[in-house]
Amino acid sequence: MRVSNLITNYGFELITDTDSTVEINGVYSSDLLSFVMANGNSGNAWITVQAHLNILAVASLMEFSCIILPYGVQIDNEVVKKANEENINILKTELDHHDIYKIFIDEEEHESIL
Amino acid sequence: MNSFITNNEGIVLKYIVGTDDFSIVGEVSSKIKKVLKQLNIDNKLIRRVAIATYEAEVNVAIHSLGGYIEVEIIKNEIKIKIRDNGPGIKDTNLAMEKGYSTASTKARELGFGAGMGLPNMKRCSDEFKIESKFGEYTELNMKFVV
Ligand SMILES: Nc1ncnc2c1ncn2[C@@H]1O[C@H](COP(=O)(O)OP(=O)(O)OP(=O)(O)O)[C@@H](O)[C@H]1O
Ligand SMILES: [Mg+2]
Repeated sequence: MRVSNLITNYGFELITDTDSTVEINGVYSSDLLSFVMANGNSGNAWITVQAHLNILAVASLMEFSCIILPYGVQIDNEVVKKANEENINILKTELDHHDIYKIFIDEEEHESIL
Repeated sequence: MNSFITNNEGIVLKYIVGTDDFSIVGEVSSKIKKVLKQLNIDNKLIRRVAIATYEAEVNVAIHSLGGYIEVEIIKNEIKIKIRDNGPGIKDTNLAMEKGYSTASTKARELGFGAGMGLPNMKRCSDEFKIESKFGEYTELNMKFVV
């Protein structure tokens, strides 16, 4: 699935002015940065409630496809501005982790049928 | 970059890591990653170096009084040295344990302090050495086979 699919089909909001055509390769979630560094994989969508500048370096070093902020978590303009400069997709949703994971599982099942 | 030397032996890059603002860490490791990409180094290796240098940079920023990261790229080896100006680590064996952390509340609020940084560095590198004198310095030396 592409990042854009989360926007068009699931109502996620892309808050950066970035390239949402990139392919998502799996999903990972943790708010502890060294767990993310240890267990994340390139192409992952990363769900985190951390909404500060440090998540950008992590997302870029790990080559994540996007950052997903759940529960409608707020983010500073400063972070959005820097994410735009570095072309890092940041998505917002009111959904919680469970419902986000469910989307990924449904999409995987859908893809395996096709 | 703070200095850049090339000669027949290879390339040496040196970056200063400050400690005044850890609301934004990772600039040095991002720069190192860019250089390695330009040198067409294998992606999997770049990834391991990126993780290890990031964790080292974070540690210098949140636990130390400041220091530097030096990267030496030779034909079939990448050597990375991270050295800071203290305060040093009393018990390096304890510091290497998964989950051990003395990170401040401020650092923990930003997602640091899982006690996984040093174990991550060891796992990602082909050779890992930690040396510290309490009250003086901490020095890490990592090697990656290209
Ligand atoms: N450069 C350093 N100077 C002084 N103490 C250090 C340094 N690096 C690590 N330490 C000590 O070793 C501990 C473990 O380091 P490690 O990187 O494994 O975990 P952490 O930094 O606490 O958390 P995490 O890396 O998971 O965010 C630190 O909490 C700190 O007490
Ligand atoms: Mg650490």
